[in-house]
Amino acid sequence: MAKDYSTALGMAHSVSIRHGRLIDPASGIDRETDIHLAAGRVLAIGDAPAGFAPDQVIDAQGLIVCPGFIDLCARLREPGHEQKATIASETRAAAASGITTLCCPPDTLPVIDTPAVAQLVQQTAARLGHARVLPAGAVTQGLEGRRIAEMAALRQAGCPVLSQADRPIRNAQVQRRALEYAATFGLTVFLHPQDPDLSEGGCVHEGRVSARLGLPGIPEAAETVAVARDLALAEQTGARIHFRGLSTARGVAMLAEARRRGVPASGDVSLHQLFLTESDLADFDANCHLIPPLRTRADRDALRQALASGDLSAICSDHQPHDADAKLVPFTETAPGISALDTLLPLALRLVEEGVLDLAGAIERLTVGPAAILGLDLGRLAPGDPADLCIFDPEMTWVVTTETLVSQGHHTPFLGQTLRGRVVWTLLGGRVVFERPESRTR
Amino acid sequence: MSDPNSQLDAQGKLKHFLTIEGLNRGLLTEILDYAEGFLGVARQAVKKVPLCRGRVVANLFFENSTRTRTTFELAAKRLSADVLNLNISTSATAKGETLLDTLRNLEAMQVDMFVVRHAQSGAAHFIAAHAAPHVSVINAGDGRHAHPTQAMLDMFTIRRHKGDFSRLRVAIVGDILHSRVARSQMLALKALGVPDVRVIAPRTLMPAQVEEAFGVSAYHDLREGVRDADVVIMLRIQHERMNSALLPSEHEYFQLFGLTEKRLATARPDAIVMHPGPINRGVEMDSQVADGPRSVILEQVSNGIAVRMAVMSMCLGAQNLHTQGQGEFNG
Repeated sequence: MAKDYSTALGMAHSVSIRHGRLIDPASGIDRETDIHLAAGRVLAIGDAPAGFAPDQVIDAQGLIVCPGFIDLCARLREPGHEQKATIASETRAAAASGITTLCCPPDTLPVIDTPAVAQLVQQTAARLGHARVLPAGAVTQGLEGRRIAEMAALRQAGCPVLSQADRPIRNAQVQRRALEYAATFGLTVFLHPQDPDLSEGGCVHEGRVSARLGLPGIPEAAETVAVARDLALAEQTGARIHFRGLSTARGVAMLAEARRRGVPASGDVSLHQLFLTESDLADFDANCHLIPPLRTRADRDALRQALASGDLSAICSDHQPHDADAKLVPFTETAPGISALDTLLPLALRLVEEGVLDLAGAIERLTVGPAAILGLDLGRLAPGDPADLCIFDPEMTWVVTTETLVSQGHHTPFLGQTLRGRVVWTLLGGRVVFERPESRTR
Repeated sequence: MSDPNSQLDAQGKLKHFLTIEGLNRGLLTEILDYAEGFLGVARQAVKKVPLCRGRVVANLFFENSTRTRTTFELAAKRLSADVLNLNISTSATAKGETLLDTLRNLEAMQVDMFVVRHAQSGAAHFIAAHAAPHVSVINAGDGRHAHPTQAMLDMFTIRRHKGDFSRLRVAIVGDILHSRVARSQMLALKALGVPDVRVIAPRTLMPAQVEEAFGVSAYHDLREGVRDADVVIMLRIQHERMNSALLPSEHEYFQLFGLTEKRLATARPDAIVMHPGPINRGVEMDSQVADGPRSVILEQVSNGIAVRMAVMSMCLGAQNLHTQGQGEFNG
């Protein structure tokens, strides 16, 4: 499934990464060792094979070497919304953030509901060569929730999963049929767990803060009603479903209960949900306009626990770059979403610092965790695996500013904060696709 | 994150008036005291004071409102300011101009103050955050969020009738969920030390967690809610709430939550009845109450001008030209 980027670039290339702390959660490796790459794949770990003469040697002393990160949901805005961002700008930001594989939702313009658009996105990304881009195909034509899309053709065209982006299917019968048809081809369906009627017009969590600020709320039940319906339909149809971005304690508990009964369902959490709550909305900060909304401290704590226990098996950026104008209107009219590729690693490391996960666990939820949801053999570093790697300095601090963000979108509630953890090198298919300029050549 | 007290300048003086949130009892009392001095202006033959002469106030109304706009206009004119009335809902935005473009254009006309009414919660904060540093912003109602001058004129009216806030029981009845007036009133009453603030509504018109959010008590029965109340504030019900999923009919609403002399009987004998207007007679209250001896509804309107004069002159820094609260403007 994984494209061979080294041959795409027209030459074989070999690299040795020396003296780094190699963490590969899939194989349980966590030790200081060398890793050798050739022809776009991992060749060996530890001693180099006899006679191996790498074209490039990277000294990773004091750094952590791990599989490149896999992001289940990152909007690239191309085609159709290039005033916000492009595949070029955002895959460059991904490379600078250690992310080697991105899954982009189908809410482009035109929608990714035909093989042609799916191929366009992949070809553009492959030509640029900064990151692997896997488009999620639309579940229904035009994301309109009425007629199902050509799912088999979309899979053939490289879509590993299907999604309605943030436009869930209202009609339960259409949802049922869509899940059945997807199950025919073993395709996983990503679901946005939010009932469209219960959330209509809402822009923040319905609770204390919405009461105080007079902002239309989205109740917890908007999530639990959607989760309940879709779990029941998954159980009925046998379709594999994935809840993309759960936000409530109850929603996560329902997923965990269904998983124990063997329902083929999984879930992830957007990283910002693990740090921010409704209280961060005070004073109408448009950078806290997020869908699903920031919820309560109790919800945040339950999401952290579910991530630690494995009921949520992936951390996602839910990257949504915007142009400046999108947030330069009164709060309710602002476009929801933030730029989150640049902050993915440092915020994941903050979870380690705060005792939610250990370092290998955090890396797991950024690598093999999401790879398993996508059904792909990525996110691990055994010999023969694609040589997608991230090499980062867990101690390097940096300040989030509009200058330090690589993404074209500059909206983040973490603006102005000093974060710890920075990517130094990113390798895709065995080739360096990002090297931090200030890193000394070792 | 911006400072919740962003309506105050570095000296702690009022710069914008966006919400009651974050304003302490001292400042609210200062506004009320200062407004007392302006009551006499209306009784003068020449109903003007020169406090804001040469200043330009723009009424930016993105949502129609004749009454509120008129009282702001009158307040500004009595302060001798020049007034621009812009009914934006029908002009600029219809031509595709953004809110910020509109602001920049008005700033280029050397406007000193924007009085803003907007359908979206947070619009006044947004405008204050993006206006030029010398411009003051007064929130004349933003979505469901705040209507702080209305709340202050209500406090002013309550104080004139009841004096001390610290022993009062105040009941607010009606569409609490959608009401910016109720939100600002709850905050103002609590800040001024009212120990018992009650909100009365069917559950469909009550915000989630209203008790925790505002420190008030929620009631769903009118008679129980107004029992022993010193002040009963009725809120306006929008017609579009009727025949929806929120309320079945005006008839049933009036049967359960409409104020009549009979239902008012459980309140204190000297209770006053208030309403921000305009009243839907026979829906929120019957005419007997609206025009009855306990109604102070028209007084609220007159007080509104004095309170708005106080807030406008304080925000424009004109307060320092005179000592406050001395009644020196009385003819």
